[in-house]
Amino acid sequence: MWENIKEFASTFFVTGDPLIYGADVAIVLTSIAIVFVLTYFKKWKWLWTEWITTVDHKKIGIMYLIASLLMLFRGGVDALLMRTQLALPNMKFLQADHYNAVFTTHGTIMILFMAMPLMFALFNLVVPLQLGARDVAYPFLNSMSFWLFLMGAMLFNLSFVIGGSPDAGWLSYPPLSELSHSPGVGQNFYIWGIQISGIGSLATGINFLVTILKMRAPGMKMMKMPLFSWSVLSSSIMIIFAFPILTVTLALLFLDRFLGAHFFTMDMGGNPMMYVNLIWMWGHPEVYIVVIPAFGIFSEVVATFSKKKIFGYKSMVFSMMLISIVSFFTWVHHFFTMGSSANVNVFFAISTMVIGIPTGVKIFNWLFTMFRGRITISQPMLWTLGFIPCFVVGGATGVMLAVAPADYQYHNSYFLIAHFHQVLIGGVVFGYLAGMYYWWPKVFGFKLNDRLGKWAFWLWNIGFYVCFMPQYALGFMGMTRRLYTYGSDTGWDLGWAPLNMVSTVGAFLMGLGFIFQVWQISYSIKNGERDLTGDPWGGRTLEWSIPSPAPMYNFAVEPHVTTDDAWWKVKEDREKGIKPAPVKLEPIHMPKNSAIPFIMSVCWFVAGFGFVFDWMWMAIPGLVGVGICLLARSFSYDTDYYIPVDEIERTEAALRGRTV
Amino acid sequence: MSQHQTGHEHAEGHGSLKSYVLGFIFSIVLTIIPLVIVMNGLLNKTQTVITIMIMAILQLIVQLFFFMHIREGEKPRWNVMTLIVGVIIVFTVVAGSIWIMSFNSTVQ
Repeated sequence: MWENIKEFASTFFVTGDPLIYGADVAIVLTSIAIVFVLTYFKKWKWLWTEWITTVDHKKIGIMYLIASLLMLFRGGVDALLMRTQLALPNMKFLQADHYNAVFTTHGTIMILFMAMPLMFALFNLVVPLQLGARDVAYPFLNSMSFWLFLMGAMLFNLSFVIGGSPDAGWLSYPPLSELSHSPGVGQNFYIWGIQISGIGSLATGINFLVTILKMRAPGMKMMKMPLFSWSVLSSSIMIIFAFPILTVTLALLFLDRFLGAHFFTMDMGGNPMMYVNLIWMWGHPEVYIVVIPAFGIFSEVVATFSKKKIFGYKSMVFSMMLISIVSFFTWVHHFFTMGSSANVNVFFAISTMVIGIPTGVKIFNWLFTMFRGRITISQPMLWTLGFIPCFVVGGATGVMLAVAPADYQYHNSYFLIAHFHQVLIGGVVFGYLAGMYYWWPKVFGFKLNDRLGKWAFWLWNIGFYVCFMPQYALGFMGMTRRLYTYGSDTGWDLGWAPLNMVSTVGAFLMGLGFIFQVWQISYSIKNGERDLTGDPWGGRTLEWSIPSPAPMYNFAVEPHVTTDDAWWKVKEDREKGIKPAPVKLEPIHMPKNSAIPFIMSVCWFVAGFGFVFDWMWMAIPGLVGVGICLLARSFSYDTDYYIPVDEIERTEAALRGRTV
Repeated sequence: MSQHQTGHEHAEGHGSLKSYVLGFIFSIVLTIIPLVIVMNGLLNKTQTVITIMIMAILQLIVQLFFFMHIREGEKPRWNVMTLIVGVIIVFTVVAGSIWIMSFNSTVQ
């Protein structure tokens, strides 16, 4: 009996690596600490009623934000492990297998469990406020999206200490990811982690599409909508059409592994290249899904801190919608070297170059907005200014990669690595951080410390160039990606060592920048400048017209919009002495909290874990639980309530008393 | 939330029991036909493939009309617009994959 348990544990838990034992200890200690703190301060009920069962978009947004920052930490540690291993030739820091697992989880976590939730955090925190709405269109579904994402992410991260991490690259190409080459459970963790969180992502896409089309304040025509909301619309359209492709592709891979099908195997009529083709049909729109909202953020930030209307509003809208369609026609540029016919490569090379045009239009619009504006260099503006040169260089190297014949040289070299980090860090990370700093006072009611923030920004910005500029050169010198060591005895070191060392230094500078941000946030919680006006930056859009943090119903009275930059208009009218029409409060219709999303996501987690280990006794009850939750929701009718007028009056009086 | 929803809560019908039952029967029949053909080997390969494809398209139409209420809803017709984009994307996925993967036949 004891022998059996020992044998089971030795395969169930990952063993043999001091880093992983360290993680085991850290996980156990953190869990104990959390349970202790919650019990000691009697916060369990608070956690359940205020957070776990909440359907309030603002709270869901905060939970997304916390989860994504934790994932940024995990993915960042992965990155630093890799850079440490590559700092010198012949490093013995990571074994080859471990290195494979680290680059796989780094990629998957950064895209699917960091960029996506950070994006959803901003969707949730901002879009309903910007539209003058009280919540998203489907608050219950919104809560479910979050919990499915979190359970998927936890399942994926669990692979680090239980069963073994996936190690077939962030997109898990077959045949390497097939049972024949990856017999362990790592790939199962990959498939189920992404599938479960993918349901959540798709639901969020639908939710925000409907919210934007249906829930705008009266008078806010589509062409009067703030640009961030437009970018969310564009991103949601892409999510709705791209994520089903990912789901189907991974489902087919699962059938290959689970039931012995032959969709992507080397023999029996399977074709691994079909997987590559399908996964990039999701993968390419995916990079635009994450970058377009960043464009929306920059548009808001630039207009606010230049004290000007955004230049070329219509061209901004048009280019974002154009990108959301054209992004579906460029996927082959990720595998030009597959050997398709010349016509195929030509078509996709041209479509890739074409999609650079609307992006260029937007860059000029931001520059022209700043031209002759009264610019304030605040923290959000700093990240925006850092973004522009970074993204221009990243875009230019992207067009170099789009030249199909030349791509045969760049493909899978460090040139490519440098390119996509430049657009993803320079575009997505800088963008979301700009958004985080911009809307932070609205969400939490205080500004983040300026001094620490400037340190963080410059460490990030300089660290970025120090890290990735050498990698362009390394690519030209022949260094390929996913290489775990390059000793001169193996004939691999072609003078790469100095540049690799520089690159590692840059990576650690960015790590230091992240530490400064953690310091900044924890410092500002106590000492940050409180926002008592609700409009700390002199904003132009509706979210700045209400107190910070916003009351649970957002708007006591539904705003009526007549122009774009609606809040700016109100402020102008006030200066001219035009009084707003008197308004009458009415009871507000709100959704009730629900435990079903959390319970259902836990059931999905149980089912997913069962499928990972092929334990049907666990997977089937999990799925049954999911079904019961669906039924329970279908037959629950008591899902909403009204906030009475006197309660609104009391809340507003308390808030306004503080704000005015 | 309230003002938005109450405006058209009743404008969007959600079908009658009759239409749901009818749709259910149609979709079952359209599923059974290909199943029977394949299980019993009633037709040759080309005929089978064509029949399955026709049944799939009919199934899609049944789902759209009986369960997705494509005819209902107010203007602007967001549902029709998204459907058109969806059709374009599906066409791209299928036709694009065939075009891209056709190199297989030339290299082998």
